[in-house]
Amino acid sequence: MPSLKDLKGRIASVKSTQKITKAKQMVAAAKLRRAQEAAEASKPYARRLADVVANLTSAMGEGAGGPKLLAGSGDDKVHLLVVMTAERGLCGGFNANVAKKARIQIEELRAAGKTVKIITVGKKGRDMLGRDYGDLFIDHVDLSEARDSFTPYAIGLGQELAQRFEAGEFDVATLIFSEFKNVLTQTPVTNQLIPATAPDDAETIDLSGAIYIYEPSEEDILETLLPRYLNTQVLSAMLENAAGEQAASMTAMDNATRNAGELIDSLTLQYNRARQAQITKELIEIISGAEAL
Amino acid sequence: MAEKLTFSLVSPARELFSGEVDHVIAPGTDGEFGVLANHAPFMSTLKNGVVRVLEGETITMRIFVRGGFADVTPEGLTILAEEAKDMADVDASDVAAELQHTREELLKHPEGDGQHGALAETVAYLEALHEAAAA
Repeated sequence: MPSLKDLKGRIASVKSTQKITKAKQMVAAAKLRRAQEAAEASKPYARRLADVVANLTSAMGEGAGGPKLLAGSGDDKVHLLVVMTAERGLCGGFNANVAKKARIQIEELRAAGKTVKIITVGKKGRDMLGRDYGDLFIDHVDLSEARDSFTPYAIGLGQELAQRFEAGEFDVATLIFSEFKNVLTQTPVTNQLIPATAPDDAETIDLSGAIYIYEPSEEDILETLLPRYLNTQVLSAMLENAAGEQAASMTAMDNATRNAGELIDSLTLQYNRARQAQITKELIEIISGAEAL
Repeated sequence: MAEKLTFSLVSPARELFSGEVDHVIAPGTDGEFGVLANHAPFMSTLKNGVVRVLEGETITMRIFVRGGFADVTPEGLTILAEEAKDMADVDASDVAAELQHTREELLKHPEGDGQHGALAETVAYLEALHEAAAA
């Protein structure tokens, strides 16, 4: 039986923990709104760019060579995984889910005899995967300094991917990140970046019969378009990830605050019982002392 | 003019315009071009410059784009800009100050420096923006 003083100490410490989790929850809620807005705002551009890419590729037809970013290197031996996680913890299973998805993917690729290389974005993924797959890391993107805009980081990573691909360092690049479905659900998803694929839901317009006019030329357009498409995909993944992180953090901190509340209630009950027991004991001692006289 | 052109201009940051207009003039890499309703399918890269939106004969909106793409389909015109600014929000003196600052930065990074290319590009962009703002 813990003493009254111990119980009091524990109640105080749980209370201060609750204050912290509550504050973190409110911070996450505020940040979530901004992150969500940013993610929403970038969607029209990403969607339309995907439509344009889909149009172009369908207009070019199957098997028509095209730039390497679209057609691939003609091989699929070396796979590059870009694993996106958060910079910070305290957001429930958010990072662990992405890491789990990455692990499954890595094992599958290895079982199929492919070579795997990894680029991590965000500190947590690096920490989680580093233990088992540290030797596969080829680079890391640190987002801890990214305050209001991920754009420079996304462009940097996009360019790096394109360069590494040109240099023949990998054949297929896949992005693993958390899709922001809503505040309660974030699902880890994979998205193949290179060779570029248009999303299935992209609207293609049937142009059979109509002739597209290209200025300057089809190749020139694709050559400038594809790197941008790559950057945009990386950017929207980063934005979705950021929104998902805040949402997960908010939910996790909400749960923690509630748990702390329950713990405080049960500790207070225990404290009151112990106090009552002590009073009763003291009374019995006084009464039996008086009776003995 | 009876028929209207469905036009939208989006940048990675946000959607700047979406709606029906009469006429759009955009700065293509190979020269300016105008798009009216029922234009043939057409795609072009854009250079730094001003996209003008016209209702009848009057310009209703001027948007500065920093490179991008224009895609004309039977359904309308879509401009995907790398960066876009509504000219109504642009202050010429602010741009001039930023241009001055970036030029000084450029002098600190001689050719061969990693940042030279990006800075030179920014200077070119700001010069074009300044010119457009002064006009």
